Amino acid sequence: MEISKEEIVHLASLTRIAMTEAEIELMRDQMSNILDNISVLNEVSTDGIEPTSHSINVISVMRDDESADSMVHDEVLANAPLTESGFIRVRAVLE
Amino acid sequence: MTQLNLKNLTIHQAGKLLSEKQITSVELVESYLQRIEEIDGRIRAYVTVTPDLALAQAKRADASIASGKFGPLTGIPMQLKDNMCTKGVETTCSSSMLKGFIPPFNSHVAGVLSEAGAVLLGKGNLDEFAMGSSTENSAFFPTRNPWNTDMVPGGSSGGPAAAVAAGECTFSLGSDTGGSIRQPASFCGVVGMKPTYGLVSRYGLVAFASSLDQIGPLTADVEDSAILLNCIAGHDEKDSTSLDVPKRDYTSALKEDLTGLKIGIPKEYFIEGMDPDVQRLILDALDVLKHLGAEVSEISLPHTPYALAVYYIIAPSEASANLSRYDGVKYGLSAQDGENMWDAMEKTRQQGFGEEVKRRIFLGTYALSSGYYDAYYLKAQKVRTIIREEFEKSFQDFDVIAMPTSPSTAFPLGSKLQDPLQMYLNDVLTLPANIAGIPGISVPAGFSKGLPVGLQFMAGALQEEKIFRVAHAYEKASDWVSCVPDL
Repeated sequence: MEISKEEIVHLASLTRIAMTEAEIELMRDQMSNILDNISVLNEVSTDGIEPTSHSINVISVMRDDESADSMVHDEVLANAPLTESGFIRVRAVLE
Repeated sequence: MTQLNLKNLTIHQAGKLLSEKQITSVELVESYLQRIEEIDGRIRAYVTVTPDLALAQAKRADASIASGKFGPLTGIPMQLKDNMCTKGVETTCSSSMLKGFIPPFNSHVAGVLSEAGAVLLGKGNLDEFAMGSSTENSAFFPTRNPWNTDMVPGGSSGGPAAAVAAGECTFSLGSDTGGSIRQPASFCGVVGMKPTYGLVSRYGLVAFASSLDQIGPLTADVEDSAILLNCIAGHDEKDSTSLDVPKRDYTSALKEDLTGLKIGIPKEYFIEGMDPDVQRLILDALDVLKHLGAEVSEISLPHTPYALAVYYIIAPSEASANLSRYDGVKYGLSAQDGENMWDAMEKTRQQGFGEEVKRRIFLGTYALSSGYYDAYYLKAQKVRTIIREEFEKSFQDFDVIAMPTSPSTAFPLGSKLQDPLQMYLNDVLTLPANIAGIPGISVPAGFSKGLPVGLQFMAGALQEEKIFRVAHAYEKASDWVSCVPDL
């Protein structure tokens, strides 16, 4: 299945990954090839088959709303690229 | 003191030396640190080595042993795959994205192993974010196969498998999403075990594909694998997919007689293009199992050929969602030269992720995107149901099924790196267990041209005892595990 350059550019924007022209071309080739191979699934009849999202029967897990120790503030912030006054600093979201 | 041969010790051998006070944990750790110093330049199984921490933990373990309070893992030197968070110890996922990340918390497995007295020697190399089958996708360096350093160790847990094979730790933990414990175990000639989905908490395991990921042991023999699973299995409220089932003693399953055990051999796993040496060694192994009393018969799992396609839709889809958290804001790499928020994020993800990781994020985003969701993701989930039910049905008649772990032995570094599809085919015999959520183990079954071959067993969900029993009996009858590489 041939995937277009426009589709790769669109995916780059959805995934928030900047791409060079060469990277776009390589991704297009490789994805087309992989999608070709994945298309074998069309041979399988799945009429009336329920999808499996997890191999075990996963149910929503609830816990009591009780206070407990959390991580050490400074240790968490130590991994943040930018901090200010004990907070993570972010770039302007609205410009 | 060190008249003892400390090379390639098992957990139970090392534990015996410690409990009989023939050696201290500090001495044991020192001998491993020396071994790492001597040979890891050639193998590169470690991303990080933690000598100071290891010696401090070893001293504590020695104090516990002296006071008579110890268990099977007290004072035993281990490695952990570098996608398991270790409090205060850099955890990179072998990615530029997480280089320098110091977790403020322990993963569940790191926590329980630490409580059990195990000693952390360092963190094992992997394919970036556990995506790959050769450990060549590590952003830092490839790991090499201890049996032949021109060859890959398999992946993604290549560092852990190579470290165990090379005697650079007593045991390690890997994670297995499509075969990432079992395939490198096969390539490196060690025992690799993927438990039932949900049996081991994944809290603090950096997520790849959440409906498939599972943590499991990489060890020198099957007994070690059972000892280690005893420690790490169990319910954890911090992982919402953690199974709430009673703790079991897996070592009680280690028997050497297989009388009455029914083993199915799925013919679809002997694929076209399989290395004839691998096929021959697996057929030899089946003869050994018959001599041990097992009833071996051919079975059919007709949807096996579709498992690869199911996997390469589901795993990238889940990965694309999981890896959206790397935005350069909270932790990890952050491109500071971006013009605005979006530009900074796009540059961060361009620079921080390697080629394979990007490929999977793109594939997954495509499969989940509007207009393609039904054709790819939903279709894959439906075929997943068929594959799962096929396994369930076969386990009504058979205790375990047996097959090769990988269609080939270890391949040369660089030989498959340019062809993602060829690389993906490495997992064709292991990933069905992840799709179905069932346990699987790879045990050494001989050598082809000096490279190890792995025999794989799978059983129904929560039937770990059955695969430990058959794997242990085979191991004792064949004794391939006593072979270690000459380094």
